[in-house]
Amino acid sequence: MKTIYNSRKSPGQPLSNQEKYEYAQLRHHRLVIAVRFLIFAFFLAVWEFSAHMGYIDAFFFSSPSRVVLCFWNMVKDGTFFTNTGITLLETVASFLLVFLIGMLSATLLWYSSKCSEILEPYLVVLNSLPKSALAPLFIVWLGTGINTIIVAGISVAIFGSIINLYTGFRQVDEEKIKLIYTLGGSKRNAFIKVVLPGSIPTILSNMKVNIGLALVGVIIGEFLAARRGLGYLIIYGSQVFQLNMVITSIMILCVIAMALYQMIQALEHYYLKKL
Amino acid sequence: MTNPILELNDICYSYHSPKGETDALSHISFRVKKGEFLAIVGPSGCGKSTLLSIIAGLIPPESGEIHFASAPEENPEKRCCPRIGYMLQHDHLFEWRTIYRNVILGLEINRQLTPEKKERALELLKDYGLYKFKDKKPGELSGGMKQRAALIRTLLLDPDILLLDEPFSALDYQTRLSVSSDICNIIRSTKKTAILVTHDLSEAISLADRILVLSKRPARIKCDIPIHLTISGNSPLASRNAPEYQGYFNQLWKEISDENYIQLPQIARPASE
Repeated sequence: MKTIYNSRKSPGQPLSNQEKYEYAQLRHHRLVIAVRFLIFAFFLAVWEFSAHMGYIDAFFFSSPSRVVLCFWNMVKDGTFFTNTGITLLETVASFLLVFLIGMLSATLLWYSSKCSEILEPYLVVLNSLPKSALAPLFIVWLGTGINTIIVAGISVAIFGSIINLYTGFRQVDEEKIKLIYTLGGSKRNAFIKVVLPGSIPTILSNMKVNIGLALVGVIIGEFLAARRGLGYLIIYGSQVFQLNMVITSIMILCVIAMALYQMIQALEHYYLKKL
Repeated sequence: MTNPILELNDICYSYHSPKGETDALSHISFRVKKGEFLAIVGPSGCGKSTLLSIIAGLIPPESGEIHFASAPEENPEKRCCPRIGYMLQHDHLFEWRTIYRNVILGLEINRQLTPEKKERALELLKDYGLYKFKDKKPGELSGGMKQRAALIRTLLLDPDILLLDEPFSALDYQTRLSVSSDICNIIRSTKKTAILVTHDLSEAISLADRILVLSKRPARIKCDIPIHLTISGNSPLASRNAPEYQGYFNQLWKEISDENYIQLPQIARPASE
């Protein structure tokens, strides 16, 4: 892409085919970004306009200006920071715990095929069980605090994560593992030298899924058992008919979800570049 | 005659599955002398790779014994490495490691990353023309270069015996000719004992000192043919022009095709290379 700007230095010269290609790519890239923003702006404009003209009831559907105002008030009285902070903290904590427990369990299952065969039906059942059904149990067992919410977040992501990672570990080429044995290595060597580095793409894509699921679990938990957090604001707002607050919280959630996903994406890019 | 470095006595092996038992090897016995280059040929699926896995100690034989002669110059430091180097069909270089780090994988596993060994790794890379690629990823190298890197990885552990399991079959024909002669020269110059499994008769004749022909499953040793080419000492490529080459080829072809129940064509089959 940089060569485009270099070629501009000699304006008289016709573009080479490579430069034409790069130029077309750049235009395509800019078009995609521009249209994305246009869609967003159009949506906001229609929303604001219909609320203003009374086509939709602003009390129920809010409007962009009301959301911005509500957001500003939340920033001023500090509720934005405490609630967003607590939700972020819970999400990151459950994500990290899911990663840790998931990796450890998948490693254990890989080491012992007997173990994985025995546990398989349990994992399948726990994975397909709707985890929101467990949330009331967690409240009874753990009370209404940050622990409950983190456990709820973990419960949503953990079983899928274990199955996914274990499948990834198993898909590593058997011949590569045989190579380690021919070099005199142990099963531990095979895991550290082949299975783990070979599964990094699986681990990264698994992390992307987990961060989203952890957020889902945390919000479910906050709906049921929290005094703080964005999930609490959404439930509280709907109960007192403060729908501006509900929609503002949802918007903040959108931004959080995107930011967390982008962080993992950045990690993936870093890894791919290193490779 | 020097003492055998490897001796197999009456090795039997069969695979078991819920459907039943499949005999793979039946009563295999042979000896390999130090410095000898032995080729094993046989119909596909006859258990050649199983035999190598048993020699390498990856799977235990169901019955029979394997003996390794301990070399007199053996020192205790060497014992921590496997005595047998095994080259698989594919190079299996890891894409997430550079060539240099791939080559030292065996040392890493055996905790032998001493400065001398690292020095030796660089020397070997230099000798086999891979030095300037040492920081590249395997994907950037040609098939022949990768196979040479895989050989260095095996050689760095200083094995007494090298097992080669069709190490050239994944390469295209031209690369295969040059890489096989390269690798043969490397093995000859380091005076390693080698056992090559192949289905390519010309490769076996041009590389080996002796050829074992296995029957189809369950494999037993059908015949044991010593190879004496009058222009031995030259490159394996040149040895294909030896006057005896054609005779050996026909003899092997006959043994193998009898086994497959294919009639030998009436017209003498030219070994056109």
